[in-house]
Parts: sequence; C-alpha cells; structure tokens
Amino acid sequence: MSNKPLTLAEKLWRDHLVLKGENGAPDLLYIDLHLIHEVTSPQAFDGLRLAGRGVRRKDLTIATEDHNTPTENIHLPIADPTSRAQVQALRDNTAEYGVRIHSLGDDNQGIVHVVGPQLGLTMPGLTVVCGDSHTSTHGAFGALAMGIGTSEVEHVLATQTLPLQPFKTMAINVEGTLRKGVSAKDIILAVIAKISTGGGQGYVLEYRGSAIRALSMEGRMTICNMSIEAGARAGIVAPDQITFDYLKGRPHAPEGDDWDQALKDWAELKTDEDAVFDAEVFIDADTLDPFVTWGTNPGQGVSLMDSIPDPESFTDPSQKAAALRALEYMDLKAGTKMKDIAVDTVFLGSCTNARIEDLRVAAEILKGQKMAPGIRMLVVPGSHKVRLQAEEEGLDQVFKDFGADWRFAGCSMCLGMNPDQLAPGERAASTSNRNFEGRQGKGARTHLVSPMVAAATAIRGTLSAPADLEL
Amino acid sequence: MEKISQFKGLAVPLKISNVDTDQIIPAVFLKRITKTGFEDGLFANWRQNPDFVLNEPRYQGGQVLIAGSDFGTGSSREHAVWALRDYGFKAVFSSKFADIFLGNAGKQGLVAGVISEVDTERIWAFIDENLGAEVEVDLPSQEIRVGDMVIPFSVDEYTKWRLTEGLDDIGITLQNEAAISDYEAKRESWKPKTLPARGV
Ligand code: SF4
Repeated sequence: MSNKPLTLAEKLWRDHLVLKGENGAPDLLYIDLHLIHEVTSPQAFDGLRLAGRGVRRKDLTIATEDHNTPTENIHLPIADPTSRAQVQALRDNTAEYGVRIHSLGDDNQGIVHVVGPQLGLTMPGLTVVCGDSHTSTHGAFGALAMGIGTSEVEHVLATQTLPLQPFKTMAINVEGTLRKGVSAKDIILAVIAKISTGGGQGYVLEYRGSAIRALSMEGRMTICNMSIEAGARAGIVAPDQITFDYLKGRPHAPEGDDWDQALKDWAELKTDEDAVFDAEVFIDADTLDPFVTWGTNPGQGVSLMDSIPDPESFTDPSQKAAALRALEYMDLKAGTKMKDIAVDTVFLGSCTNARIEDLRVAAEILKGQKMAPGIRMLVVPGSHKVRLQAEEEGLDQVFKDFGADWRFAGCSMCLGMNPDQLAPGERAASTSNRNFEGRQGKGARTHLVSPMVAAATAIRGTLSAPADLEL
Repeated sequence: MEKISQFKGLAVPLKISNVDTDQIIPAVFLKRITKTGFEDGLFANWRQNPDFVLNEPRYQGGQVLIAGSDFGTGSSREHAVWALRDYGFKAVFSSKFADIFLGNAGKQGLVAGVISEVDTERIWAFIDENLGAEVEVDLPSQEIRVGDMVIPFSVDEYTKWRLTEGLDDIGITLQNEAAISDYEAKRESWKPKTLPARGV
C-alpha cells in the first residue's frame, strides 16, 4: 500500500472501491445510501422489471415524493395527470419492491435532500447517490454524494454499486469571519461567480477554512448543495464536532458501540496534511457582501451593493454573449443598481434554503414588519418535519402575520413542475439554486438570494439586505 | 438482454441524413413512466405524412434500418434507442453516428453498425428494386448480406462483445457478484440502514 497523502474525497473513493477498473474501464464503487424520488425512478424500476431483476439492498434505499407534489390542499388528488402518474408509479414501485417510502401527508415526506439528513441517514464516510443533481448537498457531512441519471438509478437498485470514472480535486478555501447579514448562501454564490458555472467540471470541491468550520450543518448543506451549479461532480466538507453533534440522537444515527466505532472511523475523514489538490480557490469571508444573481445562470452574480455589470466588460466572447442574452431575458439594463430591482414574488424554500435555520433567520427579520405592497411571498418548508418544528416555534404565525403563504413541504417554486409557478415575465427573489430561463415557470425571471435577503426584499419590495431595514 | 449473433430482417431505407434525436422521438413522448411502449413516438412527426417510408405498406414490420449519414445527433435522450427498439428494429446502419447515440444503442441491445456511404447507396438501390428484400446481419463476422452482396460494417470491439454476450451495464457489473459480496461482508456495522424504519 502506498502512503501517498490523500484528500478526503480520495479517501472516500478508496474506501468504497469494489473493483479497480483496468484498461480505461471505470472503477466499481459501493453505494451506501440510495435516495429516490418520483421523477427519475419510474423507468429504472421498469428496467428492473423487464430484466427480471430485484432491488439488491432495499435496506439501503429510501424514497420520498417532492418534485411534483402540491404544497396546498395536499389531501386532494394531484391535479396534473403527468405529475399524478409519476407519484403513483413511485408508490406502486416501492410497494412492489419493498422499498421504504415517505409519501405526501407523512411526517417524513419532503425534499429528498432534506429528508436524508433529518433522519440521520446521511452521515460521514458514506457514498450517497440519488437521481437528482443536488445530491451534492449530503457532502456537507463528509460523504461522497453524487447526482446520477435514470440508467444509473437502475444500476444501483440492481447492484448497489456504480461504475465511475475518477475525479480531480479542488480546494475552496474560505477564511475569515462572515459579517452580520452574510450567510452560507452568499459564500457559494460568490464561489460560483468566481470560478463560473463550468469551473468545477470534473472536480470534487472540498470546502475548507475557518469560515466553513464556523458554519452550522445546515449552512454547510447550503454550500454543498450548489456545488453542482459550478459544474462539479460533488462538494464535500470534512466532518467535525459540529457534524457529530448534529447527528447524535437522530433516528438512524449509530448507537452505543457503533457510535463509538463510527467516531473513531470519522476521525480519519480529513484531507492529509501534505495532500495536493489539483486546483485551489481562495475566498475572503471578512469582506464578503450578500450576493445575488442578475442573469440566467448561477455564476452571473454580484454583491448586492453593486450594479449589473456591462456585458461589454467581459473579455470572454461567450460570456459576453451570455450576459447580453441574460439581460434581455431578465429585462434588465447594465449599470442598474441591484438594490433598485423590484420583484413580484419572494420564494423561501428549496433544498438549498428551506431548513429550520433558514426559516428562523427569515422569521426574525419579518417579525412585526409589513410586506411591501403588491408582493406575494411563499414560505415552503423543506420537509414536513421542518414544518412541524417551525409551527412548534411559532414561526408559521410570524409568516402568516406578515402576509406570506405558509405551505406544505416540497420542491414547490424551485422548478416549474408542480402548481407553484411564476407567471411569464414575473420576477422573483428566490432562495433556490437555479435561475435558468423558465426554471420557475415559462418566461419567469429569477434572482437567487439568501434567506435574509429574501426576507428584507419582501419588506422593501426591491432586492435588499437586512441592513437596509435599519436606515 | 438477448444475445445477438445472426438475424434476418426486412430492410427499411431512410434516405435522410442528419436525423437528430428530436426527429427520432419528439420531446412530448419523454414524460412517460415506462421504459417500453415508445414505438408510437418513433419518427412521430414524420409519420403524420402518409408518404413517409414507415407508412409504406411494403415496409411494415421492418427490422433493419438503413439510414443516411449523421444519425442520432442532438439531445442525448436514451428514448431514441428505446423507440427504435420498441418499434421492432434490431439494427441501424449509417455511414456516421453521433457518439452518444452509439453508446446508448450498445447499452440497450440495438446494433448500430457503420457502413460506407457507397454501400449505403448500394443497399438502398437493392431494396428499391426488390420488394420485401431481407438483409442478413451477422454481428460476429461484422457483415451484412444483401442479395449477392456482402457488406462489411464496423462496430467497436467492446460493444460487439456486450451485444454478442447479451450484457447490459448491469449484467457486466453482476459478473462481479463475488467482489460485491466480499465488499458487503466487510462493511462497517455503524453504517445506516433504512430498514427497519426508525423515526416514523
Ligand atoms: S428543491 Fe429544487 S433543486 Fe432541490 S431537489 Fe427539488 S427541484 Fe431539485
């Protein structure tokens, strides 16, 4: 065995190697946890059926309904026939194959990436996959977590393994202390603006540095969630005491001797002192402002204190063309101050920012305030458990008093697949992760923001930082 | 997947080049939840034209598609291969394929062989003159036999191996069953299980 110093991601790869690929063939990796949902699984199950295969490890598999589910009147049948069929197929398939499912109306139903950590199923040292690109979220625990396609879902169901080509590693060093009003979301938006939406291609990003260590697990999940928006294969944070404290006592966390053994194993889960990353990026947390996007990809972002950049200022011709096209779609002009942009809708939700802490920081800002005229605000908890917790803390009342819609859990307005959509031309401040053309509805315009910026924007009606409320 | 070696089938000439996957199966068919039953989506837009080749009585039940160059370009949708397969095609030949289409075809048990442009024309001419012409596809020797002609085709060695062995990706992985079981035997006991369900 060689003693070459390894990065955390390389250690996880090594620890899950079933077979090393030869002559250019991919490595075969073991998968510890497989999360499934209704959109990318029906054909995978159908494929199993056609081939007469079974689910190898239903005890490592769990399903939930999220993308297509409505967030109000959830007792009624799903109106859209395609959505209804996908959800029904998931229910039928999981019943047929004996896979655990948390359906609409169940306490553990919710966005797949909120449910896994909440149950204590996501933990350090695992390989986690799901037929969804934002599976990178689970990397916050020190797990190697990757989004996969439908054929791969079928592959994992049948074999609990996946043939994978090795990756490169990139360190994202975030040093310093975040100022008041600046959060994990702003770090990741700044990272993507810096390395661009293709900058992470082929890499696993490891987030490191004092600013990352200071974040809660939920903040780390927000960051890892959006690794995919930089084109990365996965994002990861080395586990530490904050990770262990978050996990301890959760339903599926190890207990007794297993917990002690796990702690020993987890202590090894860090990048070796002399390990070399294929690339490194540095971000200064001390000077970071709240970050918002102006364009139609998550890399088109600036400080909220800035103005929309002039497309002519981009030296790269394809970036310039993209900026011109984005400004046309967004109906915005170069030079406009970000804070002068008025929105119609504020969406607080998605697997990026719909956990309890996100709801807490927003509620704290909204408490006793009035919504700007003509605005609508949707608050959609990431899981039903988060909803229940928020109600126990009285956050729902704060949102309702403010005039926001308090909804049931799901992906909601993050993507135009369920009834929660923007109308053509409508503009939203959204805590989700994608501002692509039409993502939140045909012709919809999206500005990605943090929960704090979302709350301040709902009060003022224009993109705003919490600090603007004190003026 | 079925093992493929030799088979005979009715040949259909598709005298169009640059057939992209949006033409092979339009996007509206992608919303389905099954992996089969895509035959109605195959060339759905073109089939609205009564003169389209697949609507001609003489080509009903076709199994071997002889297409123009640059077949399968555009979106990477696997559904394009499913549609061809569900319709009954066992093989497609063209002088050039898009890479992703080639990869998808190999995975789903559809032979996609490359023939020269001259040979494409020769086969088309033969089919035109011989009503109900069948061609014989011989995968191991990489030959198409049409009338008196023997036409070579190319297919990569790895794909040929998996087609003749009837192996899909999963089948290949399952050949390593012993290695997977060995790995499972060593897995740490603290690793989570979703069953029995806790926290409900
Ligand atoms: S919340 Fe949005 S990004 Fe997350 S899983 Fe749902 S649709 Fe995907």
